[in-house]
Amino acid sequence: MAARKYNEQKENMRLIKSNSSIFDNDKASMAMRQLHPETWVDSYADYLFNYAVARVNDSEIAKDLVQETFFAGLNSAKNYKGDAAERTWLIAILKRKVIDYYRKINSKKGRAEVRMSYSSGSESEGDWMEEQVADPFSSFENDAIENKELGLAIQDCISELPKKQSLVFTMKTIRGMSTEDICNELDINPSNLWVMIHRARTSLMGCLNQNWF
Amino acid sequence: MMISCEKAALICNKTQYREATFWEKIKLKMHLLMCKTCSAFTKKNTELTALCEKANLHSLSEGEKIKMKQQLKEKI
Repeated sequence: MAARKYNEQKENMRLIKSNSSIFDNDKASMAMRQLHPETWVDSYADYLFNYAVARVNDSEIAKDLVQETFFAGLNSAKNYKGDAAERTWLIAILKRKVIDYYRKINSKKGRAEVRMSYSSGSESEGDWMEEQVADPFSSFENDAIENKELGLAIQDCISELPKKQSLVFTMKTIRGMSTEDICNELDINPSNLWVMIHRARTSLMGCLNQNWF
Repeated sequence: MMISCEKAALICNKTQYREATFWEKIKLKMHLLMCKTCSAFTKKNTELTALCEKANLHSLSEGEKIKMKQQLKEKI
């Protein structure tokens, strides 16, 4: 009887110990969460860029916004408490930048007004109310939102690939470069390239599997 | 006429980028008739291509990234 109790106590002690070691690990990972600005461009530039392009519809402006985001992140690095992942933190800054951008272009007087242009075409006379009503069967708006999310989901999966694979996949699929050009630029042979493409595609299929297939 | 699954996968990947030759495509089709695994792979692979097209992805070129890195480095 006594032995059993002793064993139970020992077990409890062990549990407490293991719990505290988990806690220590937590602390360690919190301490690990520091900013690494030198890796930002490689790790997050494409993700942030996609986010921005989907919102401002202009790649030049989007590029500038991403650049500004990095600068702003650098300037306020001391405010980073480590309770969000680096990328989430940068996205939050970028979000503000996008809002600021729209504020700026709308700041001239009258620009912010919503203007409806109603054409006085004779063929549509009399039924202007009906024309303005949204088509309940249109999937256009939902598609646009879904595609935005899809883009980020794919970008997310790409960023989890090994560096070389993600580079090859991006060049081939997103930038649409020819096999020859990529081989020249990266100094690899075609069969090598196709192996990397194959691996990248297989991992992407697995990664996107849960949500999008 | 007969090709291995590895070869079929390679041709399938090439097809996604419209780089497979006519003869290769025929060989792939023949293989798909017999091989269920490759059929499933081809289906998924084609879907992935469709998704990537639909998402209208953008990417910064290496040159732009290097420029960004330099500008960022100056500020660090």
